[in-house]
Amino acid sequence: MTRIEVRGLTKRYGHDTAVDDLSFTVEAGQVTGFLGPNGAGKSTTMKMVLGLAAPTSGSVTIGGRRYRDLPVPLTEVGALLDAGAVHPGRRACDHLLALAAGAGLPRRRVGEVLARTGLEPVARRRAGEFSLGMRQRLGIAGALLGDPRVLMFDEPVNGLDPEGIRWIRGLMRSLAAEGRAVLVSSHLMNEMAQTADHLVVIGRGRLIADTSVTEFLNGRGEGAVLVRAEDPAAFALRLTAAGAVVREGTGSAVVVSGLTAEEIGRLAACHGAVLSELTPQRPSLEDAFMELTGDSVEFQGVSA
Amino acid sequence: MIARTVRSEWVKLRSLRSTWYTLACLFGTGVGITSLATGQVAGQYGDLSEAERLAWDPTARGLIVYIVAQLVFGVLGTLVVTSEFATGLVQSSLAVTPHRTRLLAAKVVVAAVVAVVAGQVLMFVSFLVGQALIAGQGVPSARLGDPGVLSAVMGGGLYLAAIALLAIGLGTLMRATAGALTTLVGIVFLVPGMAGLFPAWFQGLLDFWPSQGGAAIFATVPDPAHPHPWLNLGGMCLGIAAVLVAAFVVFERRDV
Repeated sequence: MTRIEVRGLTKRYGHDTAVDDLSFTVEAGQVTGFLGPNGAGKSTTMKMVLGLAAPTSGSVTIGGRRYRDLPVPLTEVGALLDAGAVHPGRRACDHLLALAAGAGLPRRRVGEVLARTGLEPVARRRAGEFSLGMRQRLGIAGALLGDPRVLMFDEPVNGLDPEGIRWIRGLMRSLAAEGRAVLVSSHLMNEMAQTADHLVVIGRGRLIADTSVTEFLNGRGEGAVLVRAEDPAAFALRLTAAGAVVREGTGSAVVVSGLTAEEIGRLAACHGAVLSELTPQRPSLEDAFMELTGDSVEFQGVSA
Repeated sequence: MIARTVRSEWVKLRSLRSTWYTLACLFGTGVGITSLATGQVAGQYGDLSEAERLAWDPTARGLIVYIVAQLVFGVLGTLVVTSEFATGLVQSSLAVTPHRTRLLAAKVVVAAVVAVVAGQVLMFVSFLVGQALIAGQGVPSARLGDPGVLSAVMGGGLYLAAIALLAIGLGTLMRATAGALTTLVGIVFLVPGMAGLFPAWFQGLLDFWPSQGGAAIFATVPDPAHPHPWLNLGGMCLGIAAVLVAAFVVFERRDV
């Protein structure tokens, strides 16, 4: 199984450390979300995977080999780093044909990836006329040209409309289901919750978490429970007495933490309190992410 | 392996309209400037003294378009590399061909072939158009079989191709179209223009400089300053080769 192995990867630009002793593995058959705030070092890491930037120390290998040493790299790794990286004056099909020719791939591959990305009708149009969404698709078509076992996408949903985002999610899932290793970077946590199986979270170039999405969520504190009672004030007292922390929610609801929904239900039954709503609040990935990366954000706004 | 990369670079070059516009512009200016420079020579020739008539070089006059054409060749060479840096396409190119030397070599090969062909065609066309116009006015003209003429025409084509390669080197070093073209203009136009102000040791370099000694190849009447024009052209090519070597070294090492 082909996978990406990042070991002790470090990249310094002068005194700035963009990537700091990073190690993780991107496994086959799943989508690995590569998360971090802007400027965390995600793109730099991906560039080092492709050999576009040279690591200061450490290594990246794909199936045990450096990218440079792969005989026909396009057939092993497909990457979309920057959807804008096409010449605006070149037709979509010629852009792909140039990439295919460079990798010694047959011309029919161009037609195949154009079909898979839904670009067939615009194949003969110049990339400069493309919308951002179409350019993302063209970049993905380029990544799929060599039918590679490993795929890497840098912020693929940036600037896409909901339809485009849904298409990309579906594509990632299906690529992973075909047994490929898929690495997708994003600075949007919720986006990853919908797509990824595994998460690699970095901040300021350092590894913060390397875990499955489920574990990541479970490990982040207890979920709160939304409770709507007939007599909120009285029930709130009972809850506090039972050791819960009660905050006011919207309307007559309260948000309870420190007790599970089941315990709250028992408590209500015990005291004959009437509840009209009892909803466990899933800990938001966003919150968990903010909690983790809070001190690693490079530029923070001051909240008023 | 390099054959694939060359094919890929050829697809890239031929699939851009700007390539064909540049070439069309080359032949437009070629025929246009040659016609302007040779269309009204009867009066000038008539004013020449007997001694000056000995130095009358219809070949050089017919090939004078090289002065403008070298800039167009520069644009052609520059765009082969800088358009990729400007768009970021160079990342995709390197993802396909991680061997950077191979990638740049393929670009140089494709651009060189196009530039050599375009240079030869342009010089032959300009020569034939120019001589026809000169002869039509009853002024002495040259034929391809005359001594030194074929050397000037073919050498001139090579001179222009060499300028395209110089532009590739500059484009790779600077990664920006504007910077590379400005430097090229400085080399081919400004330095020769200011040559008289420079120190003596620099004058030696000018014997092999574009638009200076390097351009001696366009003359068929022997110039006492440059008795062996091919030597001067060879020296210019060596200088361009040095720029290209620097470009390869930098391209190999730099992050993109």
